[in-house]
Amino acid sequence: MQRDDLNIVTVGHVDHGKSTIIGRLLADTGSLPQGKLEQVQEQCRRNSKVFEYAFLLDALKDERSQGITIDSARCFFQTAKRRYMILDAPGHLEFLKNMVTGAARAQAALLVIDASEGIQENSKRHLYLLAMLGIEQIAVLVNKMDLLNYSQEKFQDLVSLYIEFMEKLNLQATAFLPVSGREGDNIANHSGKMDWYQGGTVLEELDSFTAKKLPSNSPFRLPVQGVYKFTENQDNRRIIAGTIVSGQLTVGEEVVFYPSLKKSKVKSIEGFNIEKRTTLTAGYAAGFTLEEQIYVRRGEIACLAQELAPQTAAKIKVSLFWLGKKPLQKQAKYFLKIGTQKVGMQVEEITQVMDTSELLSDQRDYVETNEAAQCILKLDREIAFDPVEINQETGRFVIVDNHQIAGGGIIHQGLQDKENLFFSQGKVTYQERCQNLRQKGLVVWFTGISGSGKSSIAVEVERELLAQGRAVYRLDGDNIRLGLNADLKFSEADRVENIRRIAEVAALFQDAGMIVLVCCISPHNFMREFARERVGEEGFLEVYVQAELDTCISRDPKGLYQKALRGEIADFTGISSPYEEPRNPELFLPTDQLSIEESKEEVLRAIAARCF
Amino acid sequence: MVAYRDKLALEWKLDMVYGTNVEALEKQQNFPQGGTNRIECCRNLKTDALKNTVNGTGVRYRLNHQIGQYEQEKNPQPFTGIIVGLRADEEGSRSKERYFSPRDKNSDWQIGEQPPEFWNQFNTDFPQGAHVRIHPLLDWTELDVWKYILREQIPVTSLYFNQGQGLRYRSLGCYPCTFPVESQARTVEEIVEELEKGKFANIAERSGRAQDAEDGGGLEELRKGGYM
Repeated sequence: MQRDDLNIVTVGHVDHGKSTIIGRLLADTGSLPQGKLEQVQEQCRRNSKVFEYAFLLDALKDERSQGITIDSARCFFQTAKRRYMILDAPGHLEFLKNMVTGAARAQAALLVIDASEGIQENSKRHLYLLAMLGIEQIAVLVNKMDLLNYSQEKFQDLVSLYIEFMEKLNLQATAFLPVSGREGDNIANHSGKMDWYQGGTVLEELDSFTAKKLPSNSPFRLPVQGVYKFTENQDNRRIIAGTIVSGQLTVGEEVVFYPSLKKSKVKSIEGFNIEKRTTLTAGYAAGFTLEEQIYVRRGEIACLAQELAPQTAAKIKVSLFWLGKKPLQKQAKYFLKIGTQKVGMQVEEITQVMDTSELLSDQRDYVETNEAAQCILKLDREIAFDPVEINQETGRFVIVDNHQIAGGGIIHQGLQDKENLFFSQGKVTYQERCQNLRQKGLVVWFTGISGSGKSSIAVEVERELLAQGRAVYRLDGDNIRLGLNADLKFSEADRVENIRRIAEVAALFQDAGMIVLVCCISPHNFMREFARERVGEEGFLEVYVQAELDTCISRDPKGLYQKALRGEIADFTGISSPYEEPRNPELFLPTDQLSIEESKEEVLRAIAARCF
Repeated sequence: MVAYRDKLALEWKLDMVYGTNVEALEKQQNFPQGGTNRIECCRNLKTDALKNTVNGTGVRYRLNHQIGQYEQEKNPQPFTGIIVGLRADEEGSRSKERYFSPRDKNSDWQIGEQPPEFWNQFNTDFPQGAHVRIHPLLDWTELDVWKYILREQIPVTSLYFNQGQGLRYRSLGCYPCTFPVESQARTVEEIVEELEKGKFANIAERSGRAQDAEDGGGLEELRKGGYM
């Protein structure tokens, strides 16, 4: 497949008409090989079966005799815009593993719901898995509208119900389409039977999806697939080979291998039968040589010294789904594969088991087939990875049981093995400290882009609380960089470390019973969530201080925007580096509309409710 | 085909091994000479020959580069994996394949029991005695293959081109069951053009392969038993 081609998967409950829709799409766009339609119709006639469009895809004998899809079929077709590979996934629960196999290869999904049967178990379960597989573009096809006389009202009812469910998973559909696969309504051609519907056809919806490419602007990651030594004719190259899953690599840059931490500079980029080049980007299966002869092995991840480092840990916190025939058990031995690493593992803790269709959670010490769970995994040795929030490609893994892939998951965080460290328990408790201070400890985390007003508000809040006789302290990001974090610079890695240390210090202040006002841009959701986790939900108040970029540029209290716009500051949040808006801040302060005084009052009210 | 294979093997110094179902050929259990039909012939000469070549029990020959001749292998060892060029767009049961398809001791393909594979992680482990079929080109189309041949200037056998009679082969197999298609294409460029917008844009590649048409699902039955 070429780069701009798109892979699509069809998912949804059994018998809701996935294969029929795709069969219809192929037939109506003239994409079937000559004679195929007639051939399948002839087979149906011979076996006294009523022809169905689904038979165009359900090629296996068992599939046709039982009228279900067993395994994902691939089919190819093209529009004026591009070529598609459609993976038609089975809707039967028993074949969930095959649905996952198909879906994981897709960049967008068509989720089919039978209008007459409504939302069923797998309409929900498949959606949950799509989210976990990292598929963000989902169009919902409400099928068999012909059975409901093309009723707008019934369509709307179903759509509202499903939106409600999607919201619980933080997902949004790209569109909801009323269709009939059997009758061909809104598949390749607009239906004449639903005047009330103004949207596009399935065919048009496909063309509106965007082709997702591997991220070339994320930190460089190349899981080492092998090291090849060339010896013929005095060739003395040791080529490190693998596929670049994110970022880019340029000759001369310093590469660090994780978890071994070995380093060297890139001497040359190598390839079979290619023109000489000095840079490679994500997606290339590539090879390179190093200035020094260092010993690197398959399984390590090559990264750049200048960029955000991956994490290394032998214990990881994950979300996973289980497809094995036997339940996932504590104590049992499995293998974990991530990138090109393979390591023995055990489940140390099952925090939560999830019914993926009802989103109900349960506490158990095993995970059944087709369930999802949150777990802590203990690995036989350290691996290198990124939390999935930072990098999907290096943040997901599969679990192998008895020679076969039996589950998959995403890593949220590495945990340090603290076996030889003990928390020293004193004779004073947090509650006693609070009583002494006549308040509860609280971290008020002000986040927002530079110039949004974080410090201006916090300064006033601090002044006021002190006047009230409260124990309060303001931790300003800039101030901490002058001391504790003076060793850190502004690389992605250092910025993350900067926030980590601020979060740890704030957590200690909070435990001391104080009210801490933290002011730092903290652009990443995962770092703010890290802070929340370290402090604890009870003692954490996230305040999103928001102003339009133009307003912030005009305020520019430190003159930084002017420098950034002149290109003198690399990776400046809001200009050349993204700011991720908080998902659920406790307090939202739009400072375009609120004065400092008004903002201060809001913060004081929220603090009072928590602390006094 | 055989001449093309041997020419490349010698030029590129490939370690070439081939196997044959000697017994079936001796007993003439083939089509059309023997008393068998097309499907049975495929089973004998292809499925069984492949199975026994992989597990090391059949007669195998290896190219000796010093003398430029094949010699029968004295002690054939089983292969634990074979890389196969099959593609999903060729035929219905192939459209349901995995990139890494585990096969048991009998080479059987358990269609309902295929393990999942996702996120570029594959089933690379397998128990003793089993082997794995690897299909790196699974998601390529016929057109992709020809474009790649064009880009990389890969030599191909002349049977794929029109030799002047207005006929060429699109898919190659045994002569009694493989038929040419009408085509004027004499070069790789012309084949690419023919597939892209010409008369074949809408005709299946294997339409000239007779065993596929036997009793809807003939190829599926063969493949369950270990056929490629």
